[in-house]
Amino acid sequence: MKRDWIPLLLIPLLGVAAFPLVGSPASWVTLTVAGLAMGLMIFVMASGLTLTFGLMDVLNFGHGAFIAVGAFVAATVMLALGAWMQADSIWLNLAAFLPAILAAMVVSGALGLVFERVIVQPVYGQHLKQILVTTGGLIVAEQLLKLVWGPDQITLARPTALRGAFLIGDIAIEKYRLLAVVIGLLVFAALALTLSRTRIGLLIRAGVENGEMVEALGYRIRRLFVGVFVVGSALAGLGGAMWGLYQETVTAGIGAQVIVLVFIVIIIGGLGSVGGCFVGALLVGLTANYIGFLAPKVALGSNILLMALILLWRPQGLYPVAKR
Amino acid sequence: MAEPLLSLRGVKTSIGRYHILHGVEFDVAEGGLTMLLGRNGAGKTTTLRTIMGLWRAAEGEIRFAGRDIAKLSTPDIARLGIAYVPESMAIFADLTVQENLILAARAGPPDQKRLDWIFARFEALKRFWHLPAGHLSGGQKQMLAVARAIVEPRRLLLIDEPTKGLAPAIIANMIAAFRELKDGESTLLVVEQNFAFARQLGDTVAVMDDGKVAHTGTMAAFGADAGLQQHLLGLGMGEHQ
Repeated sequence: MKRDWIPLLLIPLLGVAAFPLVGSPASWVTLTVAGLAMGLMIFVMASGLTLTFGLMDVLNFGHGAFIAVGAFVAATVMLALGAWMQADSIWLNLAAFLPAILAAMVVSGALGLVFERVIVQPVYGQHLKQILVTTGGLIVAEQLLKLVWGPDQITLARPTALRGAFLIGDIAIEKYRLLAVVIGLLVFAALALTLSRTRIGLLIRAGVENGEMVEALGYRIRRLFVGVFVVGSALAGLGGAMWGLYQETVTAGIGAQVIVLVFIVIIIGGLGSVGGCFVGALLVGLTANYIGFLAPKVALGSNILLMALILLWRPQGLYPVAKR
Repeated sequence: MAEPLLSLRGVKTSIGRYHILHGVEFDVAEGGLTMLLGRNGAGKTTTLRTIMGLWRAAEGEIRFAGRDIAKLSTPDIARLGIAYVPESMAIFADLTVQENLILAARAGPPDQKRLDWIFARFEALKRFWHLPAGHLSGGQKQMLAVARAIVEPRRLLLIDEPTKGLAPAIIANMIAAFRELKDGESTLLVVEQNFAFARQLGDTVAVMDDGKVAHTGTMAAFGADAGLQQHLLGLGMGEHQ
């Protein structure tokens, strides 16, 4: 099967190009791991959104609500299990961390189900209304978060086992970032396997290309869409929980802050493409970290510049989905 | 007289502000092949899409095997045993030939005997089994689109312009496949512009003009009536063969 490797090659090329500019190998490794971790967290948050757009052309600006809710729910569980989080035992740390991210996924997934039924379903096929209504949903969700958790930011301490860094000579690799890389890769592998090896995955890929024909084959694409929407919301919740712990603070605006990066990633990747979303997220994460180190003043605009360059090269994104 | 497998009565369909079908009426008897003919813009594709539920009939009745299907959703219509091959083919370009057929076989993995029968007629599909369908040629995509509709037994096949852009050798295989299908398990309703193809295959014919069915009858009678063909299809003498 012929594959388009060029976008994938951009990731190592970016790393190689940054190496002489960064100068110090130790700093380069630290920045690269930080970039990969950031990219993979964004990928976890963005993967569901790109699929829901691909399947039903739904522009969900409310996706940030699932990210924020995931962060708050995880923070609540971790704070409630604070003693285990701060214990010196990795098992007790895990006993607090795992239920926290699981709760984040369950609550965000459930919220996604309600959001789809109440907010998204009435505006199928109406893009302008989707933008307005889902943005409204995000604003309402933010205010509800403030109502439930209060207006102040929540400070989160990472579990003891995830604090600090592994030191290899001069190279320092933060433990939490390494965990974020592992979780991100596991999510990518699970999605890639589901999409390529299962019937549901085939249906999702086919639905992204031509939903009408999937229906003409006898499959109910709306049910499929609801399932993808819920899974995507749960993944956004997972990403939100990871992002909150990464920043060690959680605020009601966390979703709105990250959603800009999420949209950049799915546009760069090609709307509807999980592979493109993965590559786009890694490019965004690496660029943000390298530029942040080399030229902090332009770091804020670096991702917009990256998006503009990629769209000049490939106007439909790195891996455009063949839509009907 | 036996009840027709498919029956349309007073079917009206609009797309946006445009009224396309103005009360379509015709029957498709069980078994055999009905050709739906007409000039460009007569409403043939809209009729197939309306039967399939892809566009909603604003008025009228569509009965399939004795049941009104006009209000059913597209997946429910497909599950009654109706397969649709659109003019655009609508193959899933990112999926392999194999994956396209796996999805089309709703009841489970495609039956090997059935696949062998398909491969005997459309050999390229076997050769490019693991190739993404987007890499196939136009003719091969058409074969895949038809194969997807027949990978499982269906009672009714709705096929929109199956010969469009195909090489004569492939058209011959298509004719052979359709003949076997109509003589066996399926009833076919085929939209076609190629009158020579239509004449070879059709048992009955419904000719559309301006969103209505203007003529129904046997293909033998229609094929012999050059004046009617000229009137309804605008065919010259050279196109009758």
